[in-house]
Amino acid sequence: MDMEILLQILISGLLMGLIFALIAVGLTLIWGVMDILNFAHGEFLMLAMFFSFWMFSLWAIDPLWSLPITVALLFAIGVGTYYLVIKKVLNAPGLTALLATFGLSILIKNLAQFFWTPDFRQVQGAILGEKTLSFFNLNVSLPELVAACGSALITYLVYYLIFRTKTGRAIRAAALDRDTALLMGINIDRVYALTFGLGGACVGVAGALLMNFYYVFPSVGGLFGILAFVTVALGGFGNITGAFYAGILIGIVETAGGVFISPVFKYTIVFVMYLVIISIRPKGLFGW
Amino acid sequence: METSALALFKKPWVLITLLVLLFLPFTMNNIHFHHVLIMFMLFATLSQAWNVIGGFAGQVSFGHATFFGIGAYAALVLLKRYDLSPWVGMLIGGGCAVIVAVLIGYPVFRLKGHYFAISTFAVAEIAERLFANWDFVEGAIGLPAPVLPEGWINFMWYKTKMPYFYIAFALFVVVLLIAYKMNRSRLGFYFRAIKQSHEAAEGLGIDTTKYKMVAMAISAFLTAICGSFYAQYILFIDPPSVLSLDISIKIVLITVLGGAGTVIGPILGAAILIPLSEYSRILLGGTGKGLDLIVFGALILFISVYQPQGLVGFLRKTGKS
Repeated sequence: MDMEILLQILISGLLMGLIFALIAVGLTLIWGVMDILNFAHGEFLMLAMFFSFWMFSLWAIDPLWSLPITVALLFAIGVGTYYLVIKKVLNAPGLTALLATFGLSILIKNLAQFFWTPDFRQVQGAILGEKTLSFFNLNVSLPELVAACGSALITYLVYYLIFRTKTGRAIRAAALDRDTALLMGINIDRVYALTFGLGGACVGVAGALLMNFYYVFPSVGGLFGILAFVTVALGGFGNITGAFYAGILIGIVETAGGVFISPVFKYTIVFVMYLVIISIRPKGLFGW
Repeated sequence: METSALALFKKPWVLITLLVLLFLPFTMNNIHFHHVLIMFMLFATLSQAWNVIGGFAGQVSFGHATFFGIGAYAALVLLKRYDLSPWVGMLIGGGCAVIVAVLIGYPVFRLKGHYFAISTFAVAEIAERLFANWDFVEGAIGLPAPVLPEGWINFMWYKTKMPYFYIAFALFVVVLLIAYKMNRSRLGFYFRAIKQSHEAAEGLGIDTTKYKMVAMAISAFLTAICGSFYAQYILFIDPPSVLSLDISIKIVLITVLGGAGTVIGPILGAAILIPLSEYSRILLGGTGKGLDLIVFGALILFISVYQPQGLVGFLRKTGKS
């Protein structure tokens, strides 16, 4: 096998994987802190992509410049979801939160379909455009490179926020033991809202960056959502570092599977890999 | 505390409800109405089957479409390729589902909580993709039933839905009895012990892996039977219609909405969600804009936010006050 092809696969996989990782970090954060499966996570990503798309096609704002707006909108949607939905089901039996987020995901997906039709849409003529960088016979698409670097940067920022700041300490305390954290004077409600907002902001960044080279349609969140769930489980629930490495691994395996076996089965291979790894390490790669 | 399953019929309200249900199709000679009744009983039964592993034993599965699909494909493929009666196909499908459940169960039952849920999800995604690319079962094109004379042997009727109604009713009652009996038997207590605390159940000497496997096998078998029924009822199947995540999720939604881990829960959940989704599809689905699903999603959201204990919780509360 050609070295070049292998390297190309590694690079393409890594780039995609870094974006998967950021989406998964948003999910694992919510999961780790509140023990809630947010089934609408993929739909949040879809919304971010559509916001980015509409700002480009209606007001000609490049996805790159509208990124802060998209992130702010998604943060607000996250916080809103917490106060309007999640807060009301926090003390219910475990499966109720799942029911609520699933209802939310069906609602968002079909509202998008109702208002924006099921068409596939793409941003054409963005600054990053369809430029490709070539060196040593390797091709790297510029928008993918930017998206990957941006995702890695944001993932690091989230990590920094959680592990190096006072707010992060409050979030970790709430994740460890809600009642004790409450006794220590932590405003649990605010921490939870912030966590949901952060989860939304992560997909906000990912969605805006994806829009530079990916197409958007109302059910685009389905695939990304499923991959995010698998990434989170593979890395170990609530584990940000785990989600980061698992995302990269999934990106590379998916790309390699598409090349060596068949594009039809590329996600099947990801799922098989997940089952194999999880049966060896039942709590994920980085679980304890 | 071992009670006979038939004790269920001693409760007058159960008997009355079942008789009313049996009488309902005669009140309106409307094909949509009959369809909704059949779908209600089918999904109540499916949810009852899911409840065995997901509700009683507490192991949430997002992959039950796999068993449903196996049952559906077994009936139609065997009929089409080998002229085997769907009734035999139904049993073979159930057997295959049990084998698959056990094969999946060995690695997957070591996993706890969310890890288990995501694994069942992965298994279902793999199964859907495999069936979509398997030429023997016509892959993604889908498998139409061969055109055969209608009747009980071929398990197909074209002009009327009433025989399907009777079969669905029989399935509904049998599975209800199984669930009722299980709930009050030793097995049911084992399942609930596993749900409450894995470690404590082991400590009491319950072989948790074995009993989770038993729960999964019962659940898979019943789900596959429903799948065969569905295939013979619709007479056309393809991977998205019988193996997709949507089916798995719908089953979970119904059970959780009604009240997981109770015998009445799946029936309540199906009684609300199925007419809702079927009628909104009939009335609003024609627009092609997904209005029916907007209503469906909004209602699930609404019920879960305002009735977090499930419908059973609501009934218990109103019963007490």
